[in-house]
Amino acid sequence: MASKKIRILIAKPGLDGHDRGVKVLAQGLRDAGMEVIYLGLRLTPEQIAQAVLQEDTDVVGLSSLSGAHMSLFPKTIKIIKEISSKHYLFICGGIIPQKDIPKLKEFGMAAVFGPGTAIAEISKFIQASVVEAR
Amino acid sequence: MEEVSERKKEFRTTVDGIVVKNVYTPDDLKGNEQDVSLPGEYPFTRHIRSNGYRSRLWTMRQYAGFATVQETNARYKYLYKQGNTGFSVALHLPTQIGYDSTHPMSAGEVGRCGVAIDSLQDMEELWDGISLAEISTSLTINATAPIILAMYIAAAENQGAKQSQLAGTVQNDVLKEYIARNTYIFDPETSMRLTTDVCQYCAQNLPKWNSISICGYHMRDAGATAIQEAAFALANGITYVQAMKNRGMAVDSFAPRFTFIVACNINFLEEVAKLRAMRRAWAKIMKERFDAQDPRSMMFRFHVQNDGFTSTAQQPLNNIIRTTISALACVMGGCQSLATTSYDEALALPSEEAARIALRTQQIIAYESGVADVTDPLGGSYFIEWLTNEIEDGINKYISTIDEMGGAMEAVKKGYIQREIQRSAYDYQKAVDFGEQVVVGINNFTIEEDLKIQLHEIGENVEEKQIERLKKLKRGRDNEKVGHALNKVSQVARSNDNIMPALIEVVKTYATVGEISDALRDVFGEYREPSIA
Repeated sequence: MASKKIRILIAKPGLDGHDRGVKVLAQGLRDAGMEVIYLGLRLTPEQIAQAVLQEDTDVVGLSSLSGAHMSLFPKTIKIIKEISSKHYLFICGGIIPQKDIPKLKEFGMAAVFGPGTAIAEISKFIQASVVEAR
Repeated sequence: MEEVSERKKEFRTTVDGIVVKNVYTPDDLKGNEQDVSLPGEYPFTRHIRSNGYRSRLWTMRQYAGFATVQETNARYKYLYKQGNTGFSVALHLPTQIGYDSTHPMSAGEVGRCGVAIDSLQDMEELWDGISLAEISTSLTINATAPIILAMYIAAAENQGAKQSQLAGTVQNDVLKEYIARNTYIFDPETSMRLTTDVCQYCAQNLPKWNSISICGYHMRDAGATAIQEAAFALANGITYVQAMKNRGMAVDSFAPRFTFIVACNINFLEEVAKLRAMRRAWAKIMKERFDAQDPRSMMFRFHVQNDGFTSTAQQPLNNIIRTTISALACVMGGCQSLATTSYDEALALPSEEAARIALRTQQIIAYESGVADVTDPLGGSYFIEWLTNEIEDGINKYISTIDEMGGAMEAVKKGYIQREIQRSAYDYQKAVDFGEQVVVGINNFTIEEDLKIQLHEIGENVEEKQIERLKKLKRGRDNEKVGHALNKVSQVARSNDNIMPALIEVVKTYATVGEISDALRDVFGEYREPSIA
């Protein structure tokens, strides 16, 4: 049986406009055979949650370089879990101090991919996690 | 003679950069129009001033701003004590995008990557104990540049200073926001109107103020190559000059106060050549395309910062070396103002220690290395001259293409510039991921790390404090006066008059950034750019 393509939605909550990372990642994951929905920037947690529900994705990727991750990422995950009972893989990136990682994981973030991460590392992680979940 | 095999099949300056040979000779310069100009002579390839840094060093202008105005004020005083010779203000994202700290979109962002400025009250306290008549300040603000500049002017006037005394720069470059930085509010045409309002007002009232800092930096940081950064910055510059001419202003009345901000990447030689090429290219553009008469209109004056993207989160102390190499290129490339990136760039806002080391880097270069004592010391090197010519050619090719599209604004609307940058960014990532481009600490010479450096932290209650402060301000001010002044802003916005006088009046009533921006939003609407990814 042919395996379904992995669907990932990538979004930037809050006001940070640095999108080099998310755009490069979106292209890289497409090249790796995934279906990528890049929602864009300046989004609220509510907007992201609605899109995740509508797009029926497997993976949600959040990015913030402005330091707002501790308030925006948990909020986004919380709202998604409130409106959908589906199990999603949550990953994130940006400028995220090491000391914040355990807390983010408590909120449901499976992995934090900071500056210097290779695209292959992210795609391998996603593939392994989604296969396990299926 | 024995052929020695080389480390690579092909050597390029950077990923997607220029192919370079083993060695360069006078033959490589044949066939090109000989540029034998001296520093201070058109086309200013070697330096805009005839005696370079021998009379005056570049301005050491570290970028700073975080949390509350009190904390940022303390950092400014610290930097000044450590030898910073120019101020450079980082504003938090809500201010940049025209939201008050109380706005729902500001949640989590207050004071995070810049200082929170909601009203004139914040601007005044930001400069507590610092005389605005005596310093030079760079304001990194774009969509809300008119408002923030108005606040700076009002704060200065409240200190007793005259507008004619104020020295500094306002970034005010919205075109690059659509391309690479994304803090725009309005559509491109509205933004150009506001941008040129600022430029016109400054040309007529603030003789020591640079009305715009046309950016290459952010496009480079977004992935552009050296040639792309240079070309797109100059192309945007052309658009701004043309827009000012369209308003009926003579080129020499405003162009001397047009400046640029570029990034300095890690390929030392390419960056020196790039800066020389940009000086030559801009001078020719101003003379040949715009018929400038005043030499100052033709001078490519710029601030530069080491591209933050080249800093690694891994083994961060290595970034001190990267900054040093890059800063050396900036100085040997003849910059007017320099911000050295701190070693913790990829991890957090600069700690005091990291900011101090970054300043020391400049001071050691200035006072110990000797490179500031000879102007354009690399001029005459066969390779540097060849590379300067190559980059100038590359700039001209891109500018031609953009001209054919109808100019930078059209190119931006079509997504051309964005796609070029995107392609370079992706090529770079692939080169690093596949090991073709070695980045020490990332894909080679890596270690298992337990980072023990002290990172700068933003206090947890900054947002709460700022919100309370803003609410108190709104309760205490004359809200009727605020209302009238906001109406005046709307009125002027709808007309063809310059928005600045009405903005200076409204900020003096302690109207907030959000209130003023909303008044403009009501007139102009908000722009939502289609995602190009």
